[in-house]
Amino acid sequence: MSTEILSVSDLTVSFDGFKAVDNLSLFVEKDELRCVIGPNGAGKTTLLDMICGKTKPSSGSIKFKGNELTKTTEYKITRAGVGRKFQTPSVYEDLTVWENLELSYPKQRGIAAALFFKSTPEINERVNQVAQEMYLKDELDTKAGTLSHGQKQWLEIGMLLMQEPELLLLDEPVAGMSARERDLTAELLNRISKGRSIILIEHDMEFVRKIAHRVTVLHQGKVLSEGSMDQVQNDPKVIETYLGL
Amino acid sequence: MSAKAMQRKSMAPWNFINRHALTILAVLLLVVIPLSLESFRLGLAAKYLSFGFCAVGIVLIWGYGGILSLGQGVFFGLGSYMMAMFLKLEAAANADSSSSTALSAFFGQAGLPDFMAWNSVEKLPWWWEPFHYVGFTIPAILIIPALVAFVLAYVNFRKRVGPVYFSIITLALAGIMAIVIIGQQGYTGGINGITDFKTFMGMDLDQDRAKVIMYYVTAVLLLLTVIIGRFILKSRLGKVLVAIRDREDRVRFSGYDPAMFKAFVFSVAALFSAIGGAMFSLQVGLASPSLVGIVPSIEMVIYAAVGGRLSLIGAVYGTLVVSYAKTFFSENFVQYWLYFIGLLFIVVVMFLPGGLASLMEKLRLGKKQAETLKTPVGKNLETGSQ
Repeated sequence: MSTEILSVSDLTVSFDGFKAVDNLSLFVEKDELRCVIGPNGAGKTTLLDMICGKTKPSSGSIKFKGNELTKTTEYKITRAGVGRKFQTPSVYEDLTVWENLELSYPKQRGIAAALFFKSTPEINERVNQVAQEMYLKDELDTKAGTLSHGQKQWLEIGMLLMQEPELLLLDEPVAGMSARERDLTAELLNRISKGRSIILIEHDMEFVRKIAHRVTVLHQGKVLSEGSMDQVQNDPKVIETYLGL
Repeated sequence: MSAKAMQRKSMAPWNFINRHALTILAVLLLVVIPLSLESFRLGLAAKYLSFGFCAVGIVLIWGYGGILSLGQGVFFGLGSYMMAMFLKLEAAANADSSSSTALSAFFGQAGLPDFMAWNSVEKLPWWWEPFHYVGFTIPAILIIPALVAFVLAYVNFRKRVGPVYFSIITLALAGIMAIVIIGQQGYTGGINGITDFKTFMGMDLDQDRAKVIMYYVTAVLLLLTVIIGRFILKSRLGKVLVAIRDREDRVRFSGYDPAMFKAFVFSVAALFSAIGGAMFSLQVGLASPSLVGIVPSIEMVIYAAVGGRLSLIGAVYGTLVVSYAKTFFSENFVQYWLYFIGLLFIVVVMFLPGGLASLMEKLRLGKKQAETLKTPVGKNLETGSQ
């Protein structure tokens, strides 16, 4: 048995005949931090959408820890341990930072349980700890809607951490961040990648170099190249079509 | 004394009102209104309060869940009709036993409601039978509308029917229900509704004492729904609802099933409406299709909007204010009432989107702070959630 946590095989999705992802296969190991790069329209976000259930593939299979995901709904995939961070920060703006984090705690997600939910010292500690890690310790009572862009990005990552996912899907987590925030985020990702697998979409090559274990290059819905950052950058196919280095 | 402390002091009465809003409402409903109104006006207040149940429910589903229901009259009507069926059967049985056996022999089966006899329905339909028993009627009022609402909402929300379409569906249902009731005159009393009953389990509903008792029952139940509503909103479920209202798509990726949460709160609102409907029948002595259809359903939304769609307590005040205005206008300028209510709705939406409750917030916090607390009201009004 391999240590694969996610295996995507022969995945295809077409929108009105246009194949956004075309017969794509991808395997992610346990504890791996995989970066997916590629030009606009290469199918990166669509790939993540299909893994987390937001988009249904036309054909192919996605197995997470041996369980097929393509037939399941989003919230069940989330409960199984897949966390998704969207490209634009998606937090609950009318709730406070504390409430955003507490809501993401992966228990009591049914109606009755939510109605009679009581916060425990354990949950409080977890919220505090995640807020600390996300540099949001002083913002716990702030409504999420009033946070800065970078803070919202962190909050969303924090919400994912609360869910304790085994696989994190991050779509351009440093987009729109200042240089300092980028450094902090790189540090953060290195820290949180311990003990879980991450798939990360990113355009910023410097950032990718800092954190990636392995890199997958997508082009027109297909895998163009795969390997370490150096291997990928020296791959003639990649140089030709994308990097131009 | 620092300037800040001074300012705090000047806000003190508003803070007091805000902190004790529920107590103040309780005092108003349980002490002030009963003591200051004579029997007829008290009956009127009780009638308004039974619509208050719907408004409280609408705050839950619309203000917090982002579901604009234009069909709460359906659930109000279900509660109202089920109660009226029980009362009517009791009245029919009484009429038979007290007098004129010859008449009832003429009109057909014993214990048959009069309107059925008039429509040459000779036998009580099977689905009327269980309403002989209060032990069936009351659980039915509490369960059936909530169940219907849950199934309706869950089926729709599971299919991800958008908020606007759902509003239209509820609107259509309200229309359909009124048409069905009017069309099935022999079974439902038609346009006249079900009326002419005077006793509830032997208690004469026309007596002043019964009216006072019924008023108190209504007021206590209404306060109870407000308390239940508060409990729901304070719980994690309430937070999930707000999250769904703001970003339903994202909630799925927090591991919740939004359809389930929305269906749940929709059925709670239906339950509240049904209780209101049952209390209405008891006090007004009538179940009528004119309280089921589109116009009353929309009026209920207006009660909540005027009171403040984010305030459960505001909904009760909104109901009372609009209803009294309606009575005043329809007593004095009958034909202008509908224009007035339309105008009222527009004015509230444009200038006071948070309703009376937000006026209160403004007084309490000063204008600036209230602004920052304001939720994105316009956005929800149009689309329900996004």
